[in-house]
Amino acid sequence: MRVKSPDFWSGLALAALGGYIVYTARGWEYLGQDGPGPGFFPLWYGIVMLVLSAILVLTGKSEASWKGAGRAFAAWAAFAVSVALIKLLGFLIAFAALTFFIVTVMYRRPPVTAALVAAGVAAGFYVVFPLALGVALP
Amino acid sequence: MDVLAGLMHGFALALQPANLLWCFVGCALGTIVGIMPGLGPPATIAMLLPLTFLMNPASAMIMLAGIYYGAKYGGSTTSILLNVPGESASIVTCLDGYQMAKKGRAGAALGIAAIASFVAGTVGVLGLMFIAPPLARFALAFSSPEYFALMSLGLAMVVLLAGHSIVKALLAMLVGLWISSIGTDLFSSTSRFTFGRMELLSGIDFVVVAIGVFALGEVLGNLEAIEKSQLLPVPKGLRNLLPTVQDLKDSRFAFANGSIVGFLVGVLPGGGSTIASFISYGIEKAVSKRPEQFGHGVVEGVAAPEGANNSETGGALVPLLTLGIPGSGTTAILLAALVLWGFKPGPLFISENPSLFWSLVASMYIGNLMLLVLNLPLVPLFAQVLRTPAYVLYPVIFGVSMVGVYSVSGSVFDIGLLAGFGLLGYGMRKLDFPSAPLILGLVLGGALERALRQSLMMSEGSLSILVARPISAVMLSLAVLVLLMPVFSRINAWRQKLLS
Repeated sequence: MRVKSPDFWSGLALAALGGYIVYTARGWEYLGQDGPGPGFFPLWYGIVMLVLSAILVLTGKSEASWKGAGRAFAAWAAFAVSVALIKLLGFLIAFAALTFFIVTVMYRRPPVTAALVAAGVAAGFYVVFPLALGVALP
Repeated sequence: MDVLAGLMHGFALALQPANLLWCFVGCALGTIVGIMPGLGPPATIAMLLPLTFLMNPASAMIMLAGIYYGAKYGGSTTSILLNVPGESASIVTCLDGYQMAKKGRAGAALGIAAIASFVAGTVGVLGLMFIAPPLARFALAFSSPEYFALMSLGLAMVVLLAGHSIVKALLAMLVGLWISSIGTDLFSSTSRFTFGRMELLSGIDFVVVAIGVFALGEVLGNLEAIEKSQLLPVPKGLRNLLPTVQDLKDSRFAFANGSIVGFLVGVLPGGGSTIASFISYGIEKAVSKRPEQFGHGVVEGVAAPEGANNSETGGALVPLLTLGIPGSGTTAILLAALVLWGFKPGPLFISENPSLFWSLVASMYIGNLMLLVLNLPLVPLFAQVLRTPAYVLYPVIFGVSMVGVYSVSGSVFDIGLLAGFGLLGYGMRKLDFPSAPLILGLVLGGALERALRQSLMMSEGSLSILVARPISAVMLSLAVLVLLMPVFSRINAWRQKLLS
């Protein structure tokens, strides 16, 4: 067991998920008059998940490089914020803001370039999806 | 419908202007996607899938298949010119392709890759055409226990071949099974794992997970660094892209090797084009008169893997269309596409939808020809795609993902789920969990549970039904053997260590 290995922590997370599945599935019918109930299948794969995640916790020793992960998490956070903003500002503005962030912060381009790219892709989406393809934007 | 009549009917449909156009769009998009490192066919097909709901299913299938096999052609371009595989199936092509390019033979390498892809891709379609219909007829005898056993075998193969760790691959598959359980149980109307959210009662749409795990996961991984790679000069003019007669002579066996190995590996669930290309490269090196030159720029080292990864496409469509069993992430998305359009891939698929099947087969012949043309004289044009700035490309992928998900469900909640699955996809990449088993678990989870429950209903709760029927017993035994293979090899290694 290596506490520093990411396998240890991912194994623990999956064990928690397995435990949740088994605990929840026990509340549903296992075998009824018509055959297996809704708890049958989840109970079994939950148990297998618990066993396998225990193996991963005990034997996992892989390493992971987190170099650059900060950039990926920042991009993901920006994406999540833009999703949250869709209901408030509409898709086009939220998407343009996300693009602006990626171009200026992630790729260090001047704000003018970022604004042009953001406006360009947002306009492009409006032309392609609702106008040309008839697909509604969020 | 016999093979010849079916093929004629297929060509009549595939040669209709609209279908030709969609075939071309798919092949061109596939080539572009294959050229771009970090954007694979599963991500592209998942993103475009929602938009195909507006199309005729035959045209949509022709286009999506074009992306699938077109990417295999495009993947070689970056392997040869950048030493960066455009997609995983082209990793082996880097070994000799890039060395050829460094010696000033980039044109010959690109040319032989295109020709090998065309030859083997065509052989793969021939295999699909002749093997799929009889296999479907054989599978007509299958009932729920056989289906459960077949899906278990398929999942076991995928798990075995999916990554470095079988434990991680199995766990990824189980997470896929869990996601497939979310929603209302159709047998009992019980809500499962919905966390009290109304939006989850109808389950999580496959498109949300596929786009999140493949497209967003890939983009987040690519955003980790601002990469600057050196693109070798692209030869201009058809004459500079044609291999010499000697190159073609040297590649004769590689064409055959790639065609056969690729198709056979493709038929096996979990095989995949990456494995096919590695095996054919290994065989080519083993039988070569100059094995020491492999890795230093021999033309067979490009022809064999490029042929194999194209022939694999035809093979991979056999279990997908005849048994409803996908063998990889991309074919899992194609399966989901067929289901979403209202089809049921399985033994009856070909007999119930001959027009769709044969137009797809015919379009693959046409598509391979289109790709040969696209990938010989137009390579310099396609290579320009590599100059697209990442700061434009990645926001566009984010946007298309959001619009794609919203067009399926009309729900902003699903776009929130998309963000969650994007993070999951990125995390799996970082922690070395393969994503194909998760997607397969998700796609097959519902059918697997249904087949198991129906089997147990037939036997009034006795699990013996799964081993009492011969086909089911054989397939389940194989599944167990496949899962135990890593244990056997570990015991073998331990014994050899003791002996030495």
